[in-house]
Amino acid sequence: MKDRMTLGQYYPADSVLHRMDPRVKLTGTIVYIIALFLAKSIWGYLLAAAFLVTVIIISKVPVKFMVKGMRSIVLLIVITVLFNMFMTPGETLVEFGRVHITKEGAALASAMAIRLIFLIMGSNIMTLTTTPNQLTDGLESLMSPLKIIHMPVHEVAMMMSIALRFIPILMEETDKIMKAQMARGASFDEGNLIERAKSLVPLLVPLFVSAFRRAGDLALAMEARCYRGGEHRTKMKPLCYKAGDYIGYVVLAALFAAAIAIRIIL
Amino acid sequence: MSLIRTEKLKHDYIRHDENGNVESKTRAVDGVDIEVAEGEFIAILGSNGSGKSTLAAHLNAMLFPTEGCVWVDGKDTLKPENLWDIRATAGMVFQNPDNQIIGQVVEEDVGFGPENIGMPTKEIWERVEESLKAVGMWEYREHSPNKLSGGQKQRVSIAGVIAMHPKCIVMDEPTAMLDPSGRKEVIRAIRALNDVEKITIILITHYMEEVIYANRVFVMDKGKIALSGTPKEIFSQVEKLRELKLDVPQVTALSYELKKRGINVSEGILSVDELTDELGRIR
Repeated sequence: MKDRMTLGQYYPADSVLHRMDPRVKLTGTIVYIIALFLAKSIWGYLLAAAFLVTVIIISKVPVKFMVKGMRSIVLLIVITVLFNMFMTPGETLVEFGRVHITKEGAALASAMAIRLIFLIMGSNIMTLTTTPNQLTDGLESLMSPLKIIHMPVHEVAMMMSIALRFIPILMEETDKIMKAQMARGASFDEGNLIERAKSLVPLLVPLFVSAFRRAGDLALAMEARCYRGGEHRTKMKPLCYKAGDYIGYVVLAALFAAAIAIRIIL
Repeated sequence: MSLIRTEKLKHDYIRHDENGNVESKTRAVDGVDIEVAEGEFIAILGSNGSGKSTLAAHLNAMLFPTEGCVWVDGKDTLKPENLWDIRATAGMVFQNPDNQIIGQVVEEDVGFGPENIGMPTKEIWERVEESLKAVGMWEYREHSPNKLSGGQKQRVSIAGVIAMHPKCIVMDEPTAMLDPSGRKEVIRAIRALNDVEKITIILITHYMEEVIYANRVFVMDKGKIALSGTPKEIFSQVEKLRELKLDVPQVTALSYELKKRGINVSEGILSVDELTDELGRIR
């Protein structure tokens, strides 16, 4: 059970991208996605591809890992392509009996496939080069302006990091409960779908009870250590920009400008 | 001046039914007066339901008295403005190490307390280093808490508390979920803190072996202090302890039985060495 799930997918390496401030990387991902959706002509896609390839090279993450990340969305891509190919009306290109592929359909389908692949690859790079901790820190800092409209930014970030801490513990617990129930004759992999779903009840009930108990204990322990929300709190590892991070922002601004220019001119 | 003082402390757990009416009242602590001086090592013993954990929770303002008063470092726990000072003065270590570690990395967890009291970044790092070294976990600072043993996790929890520079640490059965070697590890760390750093320790436990290092022992029963005194004084009252459903350390039990059979060993023997000395003397 534990082997099946890797938490986050951080790939440790020493690269410019790994050392970069998480805020730059988060902004970068957003800029990159916008650039991707602005692209209409082949030039727009080439720009995105050039950016993606450069980033992959400087990230020092083996391409193997990127491809691995793509496996889970193959089905999604296939479905999107098929739908776009057969459902778009226009000039007929090939005909199989009653279904026919149109020229517009083929173009749209390939554009969609490229977009999806680029999109997933781009966001994969971010999670491959950023630890979950840095990611929550970055999100908290980037979203802090939302505090003005009373968004509980700190609380959300704290919840995320606690969740990350407790996932392995709860997995272990699931394993234990499963074994305990199996020892008493429960089976989790027999019968049809409904029977299997039913067999999860004796697993989920104790798991929930223990999760709530843990939550209560943890809240008490946090209070005992003077936790009182985000105010008055300092940071042990504050985020601070270095020279490289400003260069990163400049590159991102250039990418954004180029994407808009290509959209308008070409 | 005493660091911790309670006066006629009483606490009721009140159960409400759906309409908010009082359904039942359970008196967990019933008129406890204790005084703890700075630098002492106090142990509180008691069987399940004797009220020892409830008493502990009062000492750093996690629970508040129904009747009576608690003062920590001269501050009344009932006054809301004292709350955070008291929690920083009296740290607390709980039973389950998994449920009190917040950070995903050891050093981040130790830094959690100082972060909460708004300490500058540089000072947080100094305190993290000093407290991890005090419990001997400095080499593990970059590890994930999930990969540590129970004893190591509990030492990290203790480091997290001492990073806030408390005058006193209240430990609510910190060894109850550990194996014997983890238990030894933790007790060794606790004794070092008391000896070297002069931090006041209040250890709640039901393992008798851990009590023998204390300066003073309180035995609780049905919410009251049933016995109090030095470990020697407490363990010389074997019959009384058994009445309170408490065990005595094996050596103490043995010397008690010897004495009953007419061998003239002294009362309240706490360690194997002491007993061998004593037996050598009589022979």
